[in-house]
Amino acid sequence: MDTAALLQFARGPALAFAVAVLVLGTAWRLLHLLLRPARRSLAEPRAKSAAGGALRAIVTRMWQPAAFRADSLPATLHAYAYHIGLAIVFFGFAPHIAFIERYTGWRWPAVPGWLFALAAAAVFVGLGYALVNRLTSPVLRLISGFDDYAAWAITLLPVVTGMAVLTLPLDAQYPLHPVAAGPLAVHLLSVELLLVWLPFGKLSHAFLAFVSRGATGAAFARRGTQP
Amino acid sequence: MNDRHLAHPLDLESPRLSVEKPAVRFDVQGERSDDDRVAAAISAFTHDFGRDVVVGLESCIHCGHCAEACQFFVATGDAKYTPTWKLEPFAQAYRREAGPFSWLYRALGMRSKVTVDELEAWQELIYDACTLCGRCTLACPMSIDIAGLVGLARHGMAQAGLVPHELWAVTERAARDGSPLGATPAVLKERLEWLSDEHEVDIHVDRPRAEILVTFSSIEIMKYPLSLVATARVMNHAGCDWTVSSAGYEATNFGMLAGSAEWQKRMTMKIVDAALACGAKIVVVPECGHAYSALRWQGANMLGRPLPFRVLHISEFLAEYLASGRIRVRQQAGSIAFHDPCQVSRRGGATQAPRDVLAALGLELRETKDSGDLNFCCGGGGGVIVNHRADELRYRAFGIKMAQLDATGADSMVTSCSNCRQSFDDGQAHFGWDRRMGSLLELVADHLDAPASGATQGRTAGA
Repeated sequence: MDTAALLQFARGPALAFAVAVLVLGTAWRLLHLLLRPARRSLAEPRAKSAAGGALRAIVTRMWQPAAFRADSLPATLHAYAYHIGLAIVFFGFAPHIAFIERYTGWRWPAVPGWLFALAAAAVFVGLGYALVNRLTSPVLRLISGFDDYAAWAITLLPVVTGMAVLTLPLDAQYPLHPVAAGPLAVHLLSVELLLVWLPFGKLSHAFLAFVSRGATGAAFARRGTQP
Repeated sequence: MNDRHLAHPLDLESPRLSVEKPAVRFDVQGERSDDDRVAAAISAFTHDFGRDVVVGLESCIHCGHCAEACQFFVATGDAKYTPTWKLEPFAQAYRREAGPFSWLYRALGMRSKVTVDELEAWQELIYDACTLCGRCTLACPMSIDIAGLVGLARHGMAQAGLVPHELWAVTERAARDGSPLGATPAVLKERLEWLSDEHEVDIHVDRPRAEILVTFSSIEIMKYPLSLVATARVMNHAGCDWTVSSAGYEATNFGMLAGSAEWQKRMTMKIVDAALACGAKIVVVPECGHAYSALRWQGANMLGRPLPFRVLHISEFLAEYLASGRIRVRQQAGSIAFHDPCQVSRRGGATQAPRDVLAALGLELRETKDSGDLNFCCGGGGGVIVNHRADELRYRAFGIKMAQLDATGADSMVTSCSNCRQSFDDGQAHFGWDRRMGSLLELVADHLDAPASGATQGRTAGA
């Protein structure tokens, strides 16, 4: 297979497969949770609205309580750095917007090149810290498994392969049919690997975070307390 | 009586429940094969893999933040006390038996079955090194109720006969005799008669009808009997229509702590049946944290329908009756520190009640560095206090609490849990600490003002 054919494969069947796995896998994971028997508390609730507790937990757990902040601040800041950085890189870079527009018709303004560069740097720094922390912290070393390292690598891979495709200034208009078809195909395939992996490992916290926080928040609200 | 009973007989005369020769060990109950124990544990685990459990087990991102919230990790720095690690065999069983890929793991042999060795090693982590205090949930970005999951994981251990000996022994004793510390109905009646005479207070026992059913903790009955007197004084002062029932007086629920759902239900139903028999509209839970959790938040599910009466922790009762004017107290000078029982505050939602009581007494409340819902456990919750092989670890955790209370500089300190008091008394003796943890209830009873208008004097003891 030549590079043009590989790019065509990455843009066509591979992309369709990855998106299908992402959608169906996410639905399967959520259904697997929702179809488990619910353990309904029959105790007289202290709070009238459990939904309020769920929403509060979803929002407030985005930041650590002050009592734990000193210990967790570096990890929290670095996690935010690569989460926000990834969002800016994926949704703000002009070629990515053009890519999405090609399939959906949706478009929005791109971020300036300097912001893209800053976001990409934040991803590298944040993910680098995450790996070093996981390898050096006795707690993290103990509780980490294959999925923790796989998720890290699969998240970093699209950023690394994306860097290899950067051949023009960051604010330039990238052509629809790039010269470097091979590297672009590899970049796309690495993104598709991320999409395929996402529903099944710890990356599923992209949607499970809301489920988990909401469930505990609602249960605790019934007791008149909050997680 | 098995070999373990003979090797480690209970010593009920010591200041707290004890065994004569505590030692580092793994405890087992009954003569069973390893395969049978594993099968029983897995069966119980699988039964508990409901939606709330699965959401928790699926959502952990292994960030490790929960470690810094756990007093046992903070005190020792040992990674094995990381709360999410305490769930590992439970999570391993879930992934292999009921997870979304369980069919694949089993077919390809990709996940090994939990072994009896792992379960035995795990005993220390979920019984000795977890007080079910739930502080870790506050540090978890996913809000996983780790303490709740540990509590459910104990079901499997109980089914497998892998409970620490003292905890199992007191639970079995509570199921058999009605009290973990030997406070049988006959002992209770004898004690109440003695206390009634000694302190000249009317204590109502086995009245056929009463608006309020009062329950006690056997720790109070056997170790802190003045709490019983204080309860009676407060009830009489407020003019309450109340009784104690010799059929359902024991509020502690060691079935819940050991992980025996069957014994938990049996213990809860004694109180529920006693309340139904006398038509109680309110059941007052004594100064005992896990007793509150067992009845207030789990009692209805034991009954299978909402409880037909209100459940109030004694601190909630005091706060309500002080606010309504039915209890009146003399104003006090000085400062005081309050130790929040985890199951009443953080996991019970009654954090404000004791603060309202102390404010009504006019005392200056000096909060510890981590107070209210963020408090550190006394170290003895979740059944840890009865487990002697956990003593060294518990004392290290207790050191955090001691330092925080000392730092308040308060004149005195109280709590609203007799199990916490026992933990503090033991820590005080161990460290030679020059402070004494008091009782919120006894503080109120000692400073009651003239009876409120309309309050009636209680009747004499007996039906």
